[in-house]
Amino acid sequence: MTNETINPGNQDSEEAAPVAHVEGHGAAVAPVDAKPILEVDQLRMYFPVKSPGLIRRTVGQVQAVDGVSFQVAEATSLGLVGESGCGKSTTGRLITRLYKPTAGAIRFEGQDIAQAGPAELKPLRREIQMIFQDPYTSLNPRQTVGSIIGAPLAIHKILPKDKILPRVQELLEVVGLNPEHYNRYPHEFSGGQRQRIGIARALTLQPKLLVADEPVSALDVSIQAQVINLLQDIQNEFGVAFLFIAHDLAIVRHFCPEIAVMYLGKIVEIGDRDSIYGNAHHPYTQALLSAVPDVKQAATGGRIERIRLQGDVPSPIDPPSGCRFRTRCPIAQEICARHEPPLLQIGRKHKVACHFPGRLGQAPHEPLTAGLLGVDAEGRPDPGASPSTDLIEQPGYADTWFDLDNKSIGRA
Amino acid sequence: MSTTSPSAFATTDTAAAPLLSVRELQVHFPTQDGLVKAVNGLTFDLDRGKTLGIVGESGSGKSVSSMAIMGLHRGTNAQLSGEIVLDGVNLLDISAEEMRKKRGREVSMIFQDPLSAMHPYYTVGNQIAEAYRVHHDVSRKVAKQRAVEMLDRVGIPNPDKRVNDYPHQFSGGMRQRAMIAMGLINDPNLLIADEPTTALDVTVQAQILDLLQDLQREFNSAVIIITHDLGVVAEMADDVLVMYAGRAVEYGPCKEILTHPEMPYTWGLLSSVPDLTGDTEARLIPIPGNPPSLLNPPSGCPFHPRCPHREKVPGDLCRTELPLLVPGQRGESHTKRCHLPNPDAIYAAEVLPVIAPDLAGDTADAAEEL
Repeated sequence: MTNETINPGNQDSEEAAPVAHVEGHGAAVAPVDAKPILEVDQLRMYFPVKSPGLIRRTVGQVQAVDGVSFQVAEATSLGLVGESGCGKSTTGRLITRLYKPTAGAIRFEGQDIAQAGPAELKPLRREIQMIFQDPYTSLNPRQTVGSIIGAPLAIHKILPKDKILPRVQELLEVVGLNPEHYNRYPHEFSGGQRQRIGIARALTLQPKLLVADEPVSALDVSIQAQVINLLQDIQNEFGVAFLFIAHDLAIVRHFCPEIAVMYLGKIVEIGDRDSIYGNAHHPYTQALLSAVPDVKQAATGGRIERIRLQGDVPSPIDPPSGCRFRTRCPIAQEICARHEPPLLQIGRKHKVACHFPGRLGQAPHEPLTAGLLGVDAEGRPDPGASPSTDLIEQPGYADTWFDLDNKSIGRA
Repeated sequence: MSTTSPSAFATTDTAAAPLLSVRELQVHFPTQDGLVKAVNGLTFDLDRGKTLGIVGESGSGKSVSSMAIMGLHRGTNAQLSGEIVLDGVNLLDISAEEMRKKRGREVSMIFQDPLSAMHPYYTVGNQIAEAYRVHHDVSRKVAKQRAVEMLDRVGIPNPDKRVNDYPHQFSGGMRQRAMIAMGLINDPNLLIADEPTTALDVTVQAQILDLLQDLQREFNSAVIIITHDLGVVAEMADDVLVMYAGRAVEYGPCKEILTHPEMPYTWGLLSSVPDLTGDTEARLIPIPGNPPSLLNPPSGCPFHPRCPHREKVPGDLCRTELPLLVPGQRGESHTKRCHLPNPDAIYAAEVLPVIAPDLAGDTADAAEEL
């Protein structure tokens, strides 16, 4: 069955036609003055751990997401990367409000939806949609593709019943499937085609924000590229913003102009593409980047020096004190166990949460954050210093920052 | 140097027979809809201490051929033919009992998903010790001691305590380490790793790959690593075999294949993955279409319906005739299955500028010949 085409070419549908002619791609550069469509502020999600037995007392909490702040601008993409268990999928599900957050705010177009009830959420579901990781389990096997894609239209009563089918066919064309296949079942399609069905379903209501949770990791390499290109075409065409959750650093770099690196429920480094991939200041980001196997090194010979991280990610039920990465960090010192590093802005679009931020091999010997926290270099309270008051994390970027190279305040 | 043994150039002792020699292996499954030709004429050699990387999409026959080497198709309705010679013995000729004695001892396997490959009711130590006791007549106590040693060797902390844990108490990376301990406990000559790191995070993947390389050096085993990640192959493999629709389409030394690939399918694999230093403005170039059905494979070259270069072949050759796996322009050791007369020039002119513009300059001369 080779009815899958790369680009939905020569259609007569007005909406779909330009997709085939898009040459460049939208995700590469973030517009400078784009308005944030989504603002997440100090978002927390703690899952209770219950004791076994009849009286199920809460005996602990899994701190899956613990104080995460970021912004997603209109028609752009934010990538969320990290190891499994770092809370990236939970963050995605909080934003689509599949979970109700423990604390914090999720502002979508200025409106806080963190604690909204089902009735308030229904209109918002049209604006925020999700693409799931596994195209085999996220489609109902007993429904035809047409009813899967058409369901949102019926639920939100957007179109009368007889108009749904033409719209479904239009959507199938947009995602590069044969519109005549609307009455087939999911099992009749390959993995890549099913993921296209999932994308069509997410697009049905013309959302402004798509949360894509590992949209290509279940697919073969040759099919991954087809789906990534499709997502970029969709972004160019419809101006959809993406929260792109993935563990593949190369794909995130390709797709997202801005990237947040998460570790154990916290953002450890966030910034634009060049800051993260070319100028990483957090030892965890550096270790992640050095662990990616590279095809090109075979061509150039030699092997990049790898930072070996020891052990596994600690349990989020009982995270390490202070900096959560310190148990695996190659440059951790005493202050790291005592104080949690604040997320410091160190560039125009670059924030890092580390006491010793620096390029690989150039980490400072003295903690940069000691003065701000009002402590000495070992992390003991310093009576002579007072903690800085403006350390509360803001979702966006400030106009001034600490320039580490010049030891001065940088300005936009 | 013999032409039938492409990996011989890599060894110091070219006269010795390779450890593993697979010749014209075919694995066919009869089904109600017809014969599924999962593996269709696969030939390769592997020497002691060397690593072969097998790359391909799902359904290209990578796992089926490795299961054939393990003798795991016995007792099923699979039809096997050809030769799998391990240390001078054809594994397809020997009895099930003889194969059972070799399995685990001379050839062992690491599976993709360690959670489903381990038994949830038995402790990790029990399962590792069992693998040892099958082949060695020792007491439980000695076997358990050996299991602790192996867990220590693969880098599990507190092995004497963790040996009594159940698989669910291990993290993904530790389970994969335990699988490796189980695979290596009998010091096998050949280790088959079927997507050993696909289910793991990049940092853990890096740990596991380093561990596999260290152990390979220590035990001098031959390793077959099956993966779809060309980055993993670039780090691990000495030789690379690219499979498509049950056949090898390109085979040669790793560096050769990754720097001068001669088959459009390999080009497609290389150009469809972004890399960490590439140009983000550039679009990914996917391989169009889907992998073919093995029930009813395309005529001629199985890749022709998806191949963007088939117009460059005179006549209708791609559609009518299956190309042979023959050496290309770059010497005897690098074989490919393609009709294109000048793949090097096309690669330099059309593919390399897209996937690695910084390297394209060196081969600009070759492009001018076009």
